[in-house]
Amino acid sequence: MSRKVVSVWTSIPFWRKSAAWVTGFAAILLIWLTFDSMSQISMGTDTDLRNGITKRVPAPTVINYKITYEMDIKRGHEVPKIGEKEKFFGRDDWSEEEASSLLRLGKLASQAKNCMNCHTLLGNGAYYAPDLTKAWLDPAWENYILMTDSKTKEEAMSKFLQNPSMYPSHERMMPNLGITQKEAMGLVAFLKHMSSIDTNGFPRNFGRMSLDGKTGAIHGK
Amino acid sequence: MANNLQFESKKLAIKYFTVAAILFGAQLLMGLIAATQFLFPSFLFEVFDFNVARMVHINALVVWMLYAMIGSVYYLLPDETEIETVGIKLGNIAFYILTAAVTVVVLVYILVQVGPATESTIWFINEGREYIEAPRWADIGIVVVVLVFVFNLFATAAKGKQTGIVTVLMADVLALAGLYLAGMFFTENISVDQYWWWWVIHLWVEATWEVFVGCLAAYGLIKIIGARREIVEMWLWIEVTMLFGSGILGLGHHYFWIGTPEYWWEIGALFSALEPVPLVAMFVHVIYDWGKETGLKEGTEEKTMNNTPAFAWFVTNAFGNFLGAGVWGFFHTLPQINIYTHGTQFTSAHGHLAFFGAYATILIGMFYLGLQGKNGIKVLKATFASKMAISLITIGVLGMTVSLTIAGYGQVLVERAQMGATWQAYFISQSLPWFVQGIGWRLVMGVVTFIGFIFLIKDLLTTSKSPRHIY
Repeated sequence: MSRKVVSVWTSIPFWRKSAAWVTGFAAILLIWLTFDSMSQISMGTDTDLRNGITKRVPAPTVINYKITYEMDIKRGHEVPKIGEKEKFFGRDDWSEEEASSLLRLGKLASQAKNCMNCHTLLGNGAYYAPDLTKAWLDPAWENYILMTDSKTKEEAMSKFLQNPSMYPSHERMMPNLGITQKEAMGLVAFLKHMSSIDTNGFPRNFGRMSLDGKTGAIHGK
Repeated sequence: MANNLQFESKKLAIKYFTVAAILFGAQLLMGLIAATQFLFPSFLFEVFDFNVARMVHINALVVWMLYAMIGSVYYLLPDETEIETVGIKLGNIAFYILTAAVTVVVLVYILVQVGPATESTIWFINEGREYIEAPRWADIGIVVVVLVFVFNLFATAAKGKQTGIVTVLMADVLALAGLYLAGMFFTENISVDQYWWWWVIHLWVEATWEVFVGCLAAYGLIKIIGARREIVEMWLWIEVTMLFGSGILGLGHHYFWIGTPEYWWEIGALFSALEPVPLVAMFVHVIYDWGKETGLKEGTEEKTMNNTPAFAWFVTNAFGNFLGAGVWGFFHTLPQINIYTHGTQFTSAHGHLAFFGAYATILIGMFYLGLQGKNGIKVLKATFASKMAISLITIGVLGMTVSLTIAGYGQVLVERAQMGATWQAYFISQSLPWFVQGIGWRLVMGVVTFIGFIFLIKDLLTTSKSPRHIY
């Protein structure tokens, strides 16, 4: 069309070029930031853990340690803190290989059992059941140790996962998903590992208030 | 029924629209089941649990929209390029393969539901990753089918006339197909998993799909009210600039809390705050063209509007996109607010209105264009059923959104701000009267939406028989 373009603002070629440049620039910036993010969220190693080096996503062997969620004054929000050794299913010497395969099994189980379509993980998923981001640190497990007649938190969690509708906490119950003992163990490892991920303070004030005023995760540690 | 379509491409489009409408119905039914379970948790407990209903609900949503999108491209392609689509036979075969695969996947979701914690579950049952649960064999199949579609589009554009709309579509579907690959692997690192998962979900929904909607709006305005191509295409390029300019880095608002570094706070806040801007532009665009081009042509009695129901849905799209994606998205996009609202009923409220306002509306508008073409109707007028459909569906979805917002408000105050997001905090907030009533109204509004859907189907099936449309 030989119509004279009177202003650049109504010129199609101008906007076409703008679209290409803006899209290209945004895409390149995203790719560059992705490289940086990937290096920051790749899993740490067992050596990091032993030397007290903090990683945003620690090694699977984090299951050998006690994890808490504490206020970091400098950052202005809570962060996971990895403490002294703590037994997990009776052991605190899970090797890198063992811990890694346990975590892998747990993550696979979380997908195979479709957890995300009721729960949220890292806040993403459905909203029908509690968020699992810091589920390992949840004070509610104390009651489950009694209810399931277990010795430890991980044992209680494992029993609950294998027979959830036997131990209801609310009329909205978790269905029986045919989770085996091995899968339950993997899932508990997966949840413990997830609670050690640095989520920039999410969920905020986790467990700030509890009905008895004592068992909140932050104030009751 | 007589088929007035001259192009094979348009006939294929009608097939895609038909399956899309069926899946839309499936989505609504599953939504009703899930909404009922929120109120009565024992409903179908351990028979057809919430996780299954919800998975089919969101997967049917994604798939019906993709069907309607592919159908829309096959429908508009002959008009834009002025030739028959190249490789249409292959396109037809791909349609049947895709439909067979979708049927098998849905049956497996419903009948098998979950599997053991092995790779084979991920290959054959479901991947357990929200929105892209399709088992891996289906992922690969979908990519192949989409590549056939991409090939057809590119080959047709190369041979026929290449308009601005077609150029934007070509770039857009290429990105859409490519991004799907980012969601097709397994890792035990949930942060990495979620990082790439958002490449598929966000970059589809808030970037490529939005641009796609821009193309459909452009095409629709030219077809329905005879808007001038130059004006429409200029706006289309402006929208692409703004949508990709804000949407690509707006990805950052999903990277606040999944383990990723803090710099995403600033990037996500800035670019997602810009995301509503193009939605306002799109809105202005439709109103501007409407005022400029439609109504009575000067000095004559001739009307330029030739498809009232489609136009009504297109205008609803302009409002719905701005309100659902823009306003409802913006109000919890800043990290200071999002840390409390992330993963609550607020998200659900935004999701319902955004998917409806931005996508469902315009795709239903495309159904009506298809209907008009198929039945050879010169001027398609609104019927009682079409008015009931658009009113009830829109009131229903708006009602669900408001109900969920109120429920979310109660949930955020008690579960997040006051008690700190534990298991106990969660269930206490779920029992609040505000929450329960909000969820109750959501179910009522879901039923209203479903009744609207029945009117829609009735209208799509019977309009051609209406005496006012027989010429």
